[in-house]
Amino acid sequence: MSENKHILRVENLRKSFGSNVVLKDVSFTMDKGETKVIIGPSGTGKSTLLTCINQLVKPDSGTIYLKDLNVTQAEDMNKIRARIGFVFQDFGLFSHLTAMRNVMIGPIKVQKMSKEDAKNLAYEELKRVGLLEHADKYPAQLSGGQKQRVGIARALAMQPELILFDEPTSALDPELIGEVLAVMKDLADNKMTMLIVTHEMGFARTVSDEIIFMEGGVIVEQGTPEKLFKNPEHKRTGEFLFKLTELYGEGDE
Amino acid sequence: MFNNIVEIVANHWPSFLEGVGMTLLMALIAMSLGTFFGTILAFLKVYSNKFVVAIVSGFIEIIRGTPMLVQIFIFYFGLPVYGIRMTAFGACILGFIINSSAYQAEYTRGAIQSIEQNQMTAARSLGLTRNQSIFNIILPQTIKRAIPAWTNEFIYLLKYTSLAYIVGAEELMEKAKVIASRNFLFFEVYIIVAIIYLILVLVITWLLQKLEKKLEIPGLETVR
Amino acid sequence: MPLLLKGTWVTIEITFLTLALGMLIAVPISFGQVYGPKWGKALIGVYEKIFRSIPGIVILFLIYYGLPRAGINMSPFLATIIGLGLRSGAYQSQIFRGAILSIDSTQMRASRSIGMSKMQGFRNVIFPQAFRVALPPWANEFTIVLKDSSFAYALGVTELLRQGRYIISTTYEPMLIFLTIAAIYFIITITLNKSLQALETKLTIPGFDIREKIK
Repeated sequence: MSENKHILRVENLRKSFGSNVVLKDVSFTMDKGETKVIIGPSGTGKSTLLTCINQLVKPDSGTIYLKDLNVTQAEDMNKIRARIGFVFQDFGLFSHLTAMRNVMIGPIKVQKMSKEDAKNLAYEELKRVGLLEHADKYPAQLSGGQKQRVGIARALAMQPELILFDEPTSALDPELIGEVLAVMKDLADNKMTMLIVTHEMGFARTVSDEIIFMEGGVIVEQGTPEKLFKNPEHKRTGEFLFKLTELYGEGDE
Repeated sequence: MFNNIVEIVANHWPSFLEGVGMTLLMALIAMSLGTFFGTILAFLKVYSNKFVVAIVSGFIEIIRGTPMLVQIFIFYFGLPVYGIRMTAFGACILGFIINSSAYQAEYTRGAIQSIEQNQMTAARSLGLTRNQSIFNIILPQTIKRAIPAWTNEFIYLLKYTSLAYIVGAEELMEKAKVIASRNFLFFEVYIIVAIIYLILVLVITWLLQKLEKKLEIPGLETVR
Repeated sequence: MPLLLKGTWVTIEITFLTLALGMLIAVPISFGQVYGPKWGKALIGVYEKIFRSIPGIVILFLIYYGLPRAGINMSPFLATIIGLGLRSGAYQSQIFRGAILSIDSTQMRASRSIGMSKMQGFRNVIFPQAFRVALPPWANEFTIVLKDSSFAYALGVTELLRQGRYIISTTYEPMLIFLTIAAIYFIITITLNKSLQALETKLTIPGFDIREKIK
């Protein structure tokens, strides 16, 4: 039997909040090293999809596989969450810890790493996102872009197999978005498996391997950026992309 | 009148000092144990199951809804019925501790809930267990946010220890009463007492505010 | 049991009179603190600081033993009202001041800019909003005054607690009586809080969130 090469498999995911059906029937897969971007109008369940994957929200039905482990039926969610990185829209940094300690705490507490090793690891990750000189600052002393980069470093420190990004730049001032996207592009170039919800079309176009367009709780269309931009199958896809590109620009090359 | 005041102070300052010492002792004990139990109660109230929450809430509501003096009387005059006898000091301390726990539980609960929900979410997303998240992420931030309330609580306790004299505990008020009942200069004696409390409050407030400054999370200063 | 009701009535009397006196003092004071001259603010600041730093009982004693010296005849009941009233005034003025300040600046500027005088601005714009902001902490003060009415015990006033002790000295059932007394206080407190909460809800301005969002 051939090795299951998908890192992530989502099958028939369904979730409602009260009478509001946010995810109707969502299925897709991701392979190692892929970068996929999810776009769509607000409220279509994009964030919910992400939070279902790491089980911060429990789906009503459907299955999610991380490699060959059935996440939806897993017993120890904590171990699984350690393998999936999550970057929040509002950064979610621990305000009582310095940037360095924010990055260190996961490896120490969850992966039982020694303080020494965790410190070295944090050092590397903060260096990777370009924030080494701010390592001893507290979140409240950092700019939005810096905070988000710490958030990414924190996720990276867990050495995850997959990183989920929930609108990572939506809460940032326009001039700060660039630095975060640069870090993300760098990760993608280094073959990190990434699933990103964003409105940054330029980024989606140049960096992603596939774009998934969601609306009304289902995947309307998915395909390579070229396909979706030049030759979408659904009219709606084209409309939406056009609108977004109008608003957010084509992005830097 | 002023002559009287000076005279009283000159003759009785050791007594006053003793009283102050006892008052401070009571307040300190009540404060520290109150913080300890109050924090536990607060976390129980926020993170436990319905049953525990109901009991804790009920306890807190009852303590906060009845006068401190009544509580002290219950411990000092009521418990002996069941064979539990306490010294005045003991009954008062017990009353203060229980009272303080209930009030501090409420401040602390407010502090816990003022910490953004996503701190917990972010912690869980890394794979931290619920308990790890509570101890390492929520608790430290709660304490830092509760610190401003400590100044208030301590001052409050300091003032309410004055009730202890009614059952005979030997703190400042009691000493004052003894002195006044001998020289009949009630007004003068209580003026002295008032001034002492004033000084205590001012000094302690100043000290605690310095402490607050030292413990603040940089960048997250509370608005004064 | 009817004796306890008598005591309860006295307690309620003390509470209401104290609050009334407190409000009488606090309203002009808070106004003075927000809109008054500098020296006024300083003076008020001193009054406030003093009355919030000294224990209630001490204030009561000072009034009870002090005013007769100045020739004013004093009953324990009167001393209680004056003493607790002065103290409550200090706390209430803080509540009102805080409420006014929290609404004041931009709202005042806005009302001035359409031509209202300071007085009009206050009456029509600031006060209605400040009133709602002040309600929760004021409700809190209400319960504090209720509970602190028990201080009157120390002066010999026959309020609820003292009444209870008299009963105990004849019936020898301390626990029962005390628990009943506690229950009475508790019931009054709860009724008070519920009614004030209901009032708050009735007065809520849609969308205007006064409290911190508690999740």
